[in-house]
Amino acid sequence: MTEDDLRQLIGRVKRGALSRRGFIRRMAAVGLTAPMATQLLAIAGAAPAASQSLPAYTPTQRGGGQLKILYWQASTLLNPHFATGTTNQDASRIFYEPLANWAPDGTLVPLLAAEIPSVENRTLAEDGRSVTWKLRRDVKWHDGEQFSADDVVFNWEYARNPATAAVSIGSYRDIEVRKVDDFTVRVEFARPTPFWADAFVATRGMLIPRHLFKDYVGGTSRDAPANLRPVGTGPYRFESFAPGDIVRGTANTSYYMPNRPFFDSMEIKGGGDAVSAARAVLQTGEYDYAWNLQVEDEILKRLEAANRGRVNVVEGGNIEFIMLNQTDPWNEVEGERASIKSTHPSLTDPAVREALSLLVDKKSIEDHIYGRGGPAASNFLNNPPRFRSENMKWEFSIAKANEILDRAGWARGRDGIRAKGNVRLRYVFQTSINAPRQKTQAVIKQAASRCGIDIELKSVTASVFFSSDVANPDTYTKFWSDIQMYTTTMTQADPQLFMNQYVSWEISSQENKWQGRNIVRWRNEEYDAAFRAAEGELDPVKRAALFIKMNDLVVGNHVVIPVVRRPLVSASLNTLVSPLSGWDSTIAFLYNWHRTA
Amino acid sequence: MTQYVLRRLLIAIPSLLGISVILFTVLALAPGDPFEELATNPAVPPDVRAALRASLGLDDPVHVRYFNWLFAMLRGDWGYSFVSRIDVDDLILQRLPTTLIVIGSSQILALMIALPVGVYAATRPYSIFDQIANTLAFIGFSLPTFFTGILFILFFSIYLDWLPFVYRSDIPGSGLPWFWEHVKQSIMPIAVLGLFQGAAWTRFVRSAVLDVIRLDYVTTARAKGLAERVITIKHVMRNALIPVVTLVALSMPAVFGGAIVTEQIFRVPGIGSLLITAILANDTPVIMAVTFVVSILVILFNLLADVLYGWLDPRISYR
Amino acid sequence: MAGSTLASPTASAGAPARKPVSPGLEAWRRFRKHRLAVASAVVLSVVVLAVLFGPLFWTVAIDEIDFSATLEGPSWAHPFGTDDLGQDLLARMLYGGRISLAVGFAAMAVAVFVGILVGAVAGISRGSVDAALMWLTDLFLSLPQLPLLLLIIYLFRDTLREWVGPEMGVFILIVLVIGSFGWMPVARLVRAQFFSLREKEFVEAARALGASTPRLVIRHILPNALGPVIVAGTIDVAAAIIAESTLSFLGLGFPPDIPTWGRLLFDARDHLDFAPHWALFPGGAIFLTVLTINFVGDGLRDALDPRRVL
Repeated sequence: MTEDDLRQLIGRVKRGALSRRGFIRRMAAVGLTAPMATQLLAIAGAAPAASQSLPAYTPTQRGGGQLKILYWQASTLLNPHFATGTTNQDASRIFYEPLANWAPDGTLVPLLAAEIPSVENRTLAEDGRSVTWKLRRDVKWHDGEQFSADDVVFNWEYARNPATAAVSIGSYRDIEVRKVDDFTVRVEFARPTPFWADAFVATRGMLIPRHLFKDYVGGTSRDAPANLRPVGTGPYRFESFAPGDIVRGTANTSYYMPNRPFFDSMEIKGGGDAVSAARAVLQTGEYDYAWNLQVEDEILKRLEAANRGRVNVVEGGNIEFIMLNQTDPWNEVEGERASIKSTHPSLTDPAVREALSLLVDKKSIEDHIYGRGGPAASNFLNNPPRFRSENMKWEFSIAKANEILDRAGWARGRDGIRAKGNVRLRYVFQTSINAPRQKTQAVIKQAASRCGIDIELKSVTASVFFSSDVANPDTYTKFWSDIQMYTTTMTQADPQLFMNQYVSWEISSQENKWQGRNIVRWRNEEYDAAFRAAEGELDPVKRAALFIKMNDLVVGNHVVIPVVRRPLVSASLNTLVSPLSGWDSTIAFLYNWHRTA
Repeated sequence: MTQYVLRRLLIAIPSLLGISVILFTVLALAPGDPFEELATNPAVPPDVRAALRASLGLDDPVHVRYFNWLFAMLRGDWGYSFVSRIDVDDLILQRLPTTLIVIGSSQILALMIALPVGVYAATRPYSIFDQIANTLAFIGFSLPTFFTGILFILFFSIYLDWLPFVYRSDIPGSGLPWFWEHVKQSIMPIAVLGLFQGAAWTRFVRSAVLDVIRLDYVTTARAKGLAERVITIKHVMRNALIPVVTLVALSMPAVFGGAIVTEQIFRVPGIGSLLITAILANDTPVIMAVTFVVSILVILFNLLADVLYGWLDPRISYR
Repeated sequence: MAGSTLASPTASAGAPARKPVSPGLEAWRRFRKHRLAVASAVVLSVVVLAVLFGPLFWTVAIDEIDFSATLEGPSWAHPFGTDDLGQDLLARMLYGGRISLAVGFAAMAVAVFVGILVGAVAGISRGSVDAALMWLTDLFLSLPQLPLLLLIIYLFRDTLREWVGPEMGVFILIVLVIGSFGWMPVARLVRAQFFSLREKEFVEAARALGASTPRLVIRHILPNALGPVIVAGTIDVAAAIIAESTLSFLGLGFPPDIPTWGRLLFDARDHLDFAPHWALFPGGAIFLTVLTINFVGDGLRDALDPRRVL
């Protein structure tokens, strides 16, 4: 089906000439899944903008007792503009809310906004240069002050000021925010911006009250008393906070949504390890919910057998993948290892890369290491479903890999290791310290050794591997080894920030202090062109096609090898209804959390 | 005596300065940086990261940062946590009570086990009691706390369902039930630490008492017809205490510093877990403050031990 | 030990006169009388021999992954069972035992040697030497180990790897690191004993007879101060084996695919309720080693104590 056909069909749905169900059935006939077809309709404006993917909220009254949540990492601060990690963002989210949340299917749900902007409502400019948010009028801060457009504008001023040192600055410094009236704000972009839902949305959009922070913009930001005693609009009011330990809240009885929140009080306790967190929910029921259980599935299944709780698996965009260095990490060129001016002696050979991709036994890795927490992946860009390519397939075959290498002239030497000329297939494979990663390394090493490829395993402490320390040779951005593996996170339901990891102007090098995002150091003109086109493409269908093309280029050339997707795995008591979204904070839908009898 | 203590205290000042220089240099040279999570977050532009580093003074040369820290410390300003963005002394004070209670009780438990068991075992060497005590002690210190901790959790929390294994520092409520909750949640961490420490100490006490118990003066005391209990307590114990005092003095700073592994397992919000989080996040002001307080305590308690030696054995002279 | 006149063998009066023997032989004779110590020495040698030569007889590869046989209990094919990747635990224990035992003994040796040296020098000298050495001890006690470890390994790993190869390089680093953080208690114990002993009559007597200070220390004071040192040394072996597992966990020790005993125990802990055998064998091995070393230590102590009659 060509793009034109698709467009015509969508037009018919819009005019009412074709039912939505009929459209979905036709799409299914050409191999598109139902969610993807729904997505197509949604992005073309032919479906309700609000998400359909959340469970209904059934309680008719409050007073549900205590909600106890367990995180194995503890939050250290409660100002969303300073919140670096997930734990801090989640803890802030109890009290502060954004204009809209990301639902599990990658669509927006209004929260402090009265509605989601759209072209039909004329709140989304056709040229992609502005977006107008209409705000709810019935929202009060926890101290009784009225929430209004001034608060929204203030957050922009607060975050964009470099002296404030807000980590959310990236979302706010390139936009202009205007107050239209007391309950309307307009966000203006310098260039046509297809992805407009960044500022004021989800994690980076949590709003802090102007009346408490207005004297603490810039250099004095750290002195604001409200940094440690948040006053927000959320379902729970602040009760107490011990940095690095526990944060507690009590029900906000004047919350703007009916019958919410369900619980009288709630707490997030931090620290410890993931396995015992899972035990506290699944085995003893001491806690209601345990966050991010990066635990072997085998263990989780055994704990679930106690029948007290269940494991939640929520799809997002995170992916565990392998990178094959395209530059030479072992020899300095102009004083720089892995310089962009060098080429890797063997990994630039497509045959070697293809062989390596055939040696990753994703099925075993899924079955025996990650389980539900890591389904085998064939794509780099997997979600939301509208961006997922159907063209990539993966295979595990030592025989095929051997054949490809034989054909390409890589012959086995006396020690069984393949070589061509004086280039031998010996690699250093690095990753961070993390039990499943070391096991995956072992599985790949064993397969490679049967194919005449010798792999030396190296593992680096996570706090060193993922640091941006310019002086350290072991960081992942330096990539001074042949192969490396880690999880890259997709923090938004839009792939633009995610897919810039392979554009040539993002190559990580000494010049940019290894801050570039293209760590594998691959250059491809076709990819660059596709990315540039997607940046300004306002047509959602064309834009999705461009991202799919980028995925196929990088995966099809075996520059990276996707290993497993990393959905967020957590545990809840059987009686707890805890709506979760892979595109937003765990706490995003806290207002809907409740207990069933 | 007073002169000796005064002199030692005066020596302590340059010692502490030297220690602080070394600590600071080590931390400055150690790999890693406090903005790890920013580095993996694509939404935070590199220049923001750079500005943040600069605003926290991370780009200044080491000696400049050291003097900034030193002068602030002398003024009573402990620094400002990079990660929590609050003052370090607040962070430490928040965790001090829990640490003192949990780790302190565990050390007391260890002493309460080690002293009687060690002495009794030494008075009857190679008896059944001695053999059992020894074997238990060996088990005690050959199993790491991360292992015994899990074992305790599996048995007392999951199999028997008696004790909670997540420590909560602020249990709501008051009165007896509140106190009982606190006791219940403290039992396992205190026991794990106390038994591990107690096992090793038992061996030291036993060895020290064995050394003394066969000396002639003990035989003399026995010949005088003194009761065995009196001999053990008045004559043997006091002289056997020197190694014990040394070890207790060595472990007292740990009461402040916390126990990293045990705190982690039971989620006890103590100073040990603060330190390990700070180390993993490279939160230098926090690491600096905690380790510096620990070094002050190390010096003080070792001095105290040296003074106690003189009290235990008046022949020891301080010159 | 403190507070006595020079001890004389309490039962020597009635003992039949024996041919004088050298102190070494005498100690050996005394050691042999200590039955537990002899048995322990035998068991310990068996453990050491097993890890040294066991892999020659049990030739299963330590890293052979077999997903069809994961977490199996002991059987003929796998006498110690398998781990969660289906790797043979007996082979891994034999291999890992070499490293764990070597680390344990070597780190103990470093700690005891440095500890005795520093403690003895500080204990016999007074004033500024004692103060300086105690300053050093206090410094080491108050250094935060973790960042220091990171730094040491980061600074020296590559250099050592070039010199002696990756595994040996890491071994040397770990022994040095664990040893250099373990000597302080020994030093303070020895010094405390010296404080007390140096005032004793027998030392005075020896001094009056014109014994030089080194002779005084080595022949007279040190042998009397060894009791707590032997205890500390034997505990240090256990502590080193455990410390190595903590290091491995932090990524500073041996590469994660090298199965030291501590590492095996650590990996097994999450499976404790489903696959207890995984923890049982390494835990048991560490315990057995510690137990036997301690009994040997007790035997040595008694054998070296001239006051005891055996």
